[in-house]
Amino acid sequence: MRPLDTAYMMDLVPVIAGYVPLTLFMAIVAMIAALVLASMLAIVRVLRVPVLDRVVAVFISFFRGTPLLVQLFLFYFGLPQMVPAMTGINGVTAAIIGLTLHFSAYMAESIRGAILGVDRSQWEAAQSIGMTQGQLLRRIILPQGARTAAPTLMNYFIDMIKSTSLAFTLGVTEMMGAAQKEAAGSFLYLEAFLVVAIFYWIIVEVLSVGQRRLETSLGKAVAR
Amino acid sequence: MSCQIEITGLVKRFGGNTVLDGIDLCLEPGERVAIIGPSGTGKSTLLRCLNFLDRPDRGVIRLGDLSVDAARASRAEVLALRRRTAFVFQNYALFANKTARANIIEGLTTVRGWPQDKARARADDILAQIGLGDRGDSYPAAMSGGQQQRVGIGRAMALDADLMLFDEPTSALDPEWVGEVLDLIRRIADGRQTMLIVTHEMQFAREIADRVVFMEGGRIVEQGPPAQIFGRAQDDRTRAFLRRVG
Repeated sequence: MRPLDTAYMMDLVPVIAGYVPLTLFMAIVAMIAALVLASMLAIVRVLRVPVLDRVVAVFISFFRGTPLLVQLFLFYFGLPQMVPAMTGINGVTAAIIGLTLHFSAYMAESIRGAILGVDRSQWEAAQSIGMTQGQLLRRIILPQGARTAAPTLMNYFIDMIKSTSLAFTLGVTEMMGAAQKEAAGSFLYLEAFLVVAIFYWIIVEVLSVGQRRLETSLGKAVAR
Repeated sequence: MSCQIEITGLVKRFGGNTVLDGIDLCLEPGERVAIIGPSGTGKSTLLRCLNFLDRPDRGVIRLGDLSVDAARASRAEVLALRRRTAFVFQNYALFANKTARANIIEGLTTVRGWPQDKARARADDILAQIGLGDRGDSYPAAMSGGQQQRVGIGRAMALDADLMLFDEPTSALDPEWVGEVLDLIRRIADGRQTMLIVTHEMQFAREIADRVVFMEGGRIVEQGPPAQIFGRAQDDRTRAFLRRVG
């Protein structure tokens, strides 16, 4: 057994750190897009919009029923063969689209559950004062559903950050890709992947602390 | 008799169960009508149908110049009707994510398009009227049942509706809070606000109503001034009900 090359690991820290912004960028953009898409999907499901409801059900089923890696390959390598406009798609864009679609399917189900958990009297009260369907969802139902869904959505965000490492398979040099490249030169795979693992771990831990704080403050607001 | 609000042939079925079996009712401007009757007899459903919280199967609801035919009511007509009728719920149904003031403001800004400062001034005026001038920033969860129901009534008052609908407004309250809510409704009634109130408080109905309507089995059995209904009801069913409730 050889000892860990800690000096090499320390050298890698600034290298990997340089890719943290790209990882966070992909995760944050995909998270925002997924939140918007998931809310729309959830609303279609809750309101049982004719036809669209079925389409959304199939969409959710597909993106929950197939591996993220397969989906990413479909977008990056597969679809451009059929859709010429997608030929020039870069890895980062493909990864963001893939993460968005994949996670929106999961998040739509959590948001749908949270919306259904809002008491029926809240819908009726909003209707009784003459709100439109859009107004009552935006002003009354979604804000209350968001509180219920927040912890779960935060978990998906954490999951999404870790899943950005798959962008490496699309040729994107993000944290994981950078570690792979370094290791390929030094042959110190253990050190390189250990450093990248610790980076993910720290990012997720920081977010978990934020998540706990968020839950505490939300809990106070809805104390009843 | 000139009807400000006219309900004609209102029918509502839930599955095979006919809950409202052809209701005709006319309210004159400023008239205060109390609906009494046994549980499960369609009183609340009647109120909910007038606001389309339950969609009637048949019948016409006319409010002044707005006439809505239940069988083919458009979304716009339903919204217009709701904006001219205000509903007070048995369980208050305050917006849980909004303060007392914001509950009152919501209908003014979002639905009516009032500017924020004008709506806020109106809400503060209403908060003072309902005796909660100092609780504007409280969330519903932090208020007593009586306070919540007063905010519920305040939210309805803000709409300046042609018709106020009260659906058993004190039934969910602990006894200690009933008085303050009835006092508030009494004051609104004194302002000659046209209102329809479903209540189990017979004494209160007798006191504030111009007319009492007795319903049973989805139909109006008998109606008349309180003195007549409570004193010398014509129909056996009315008399039997009034004996039961003491």
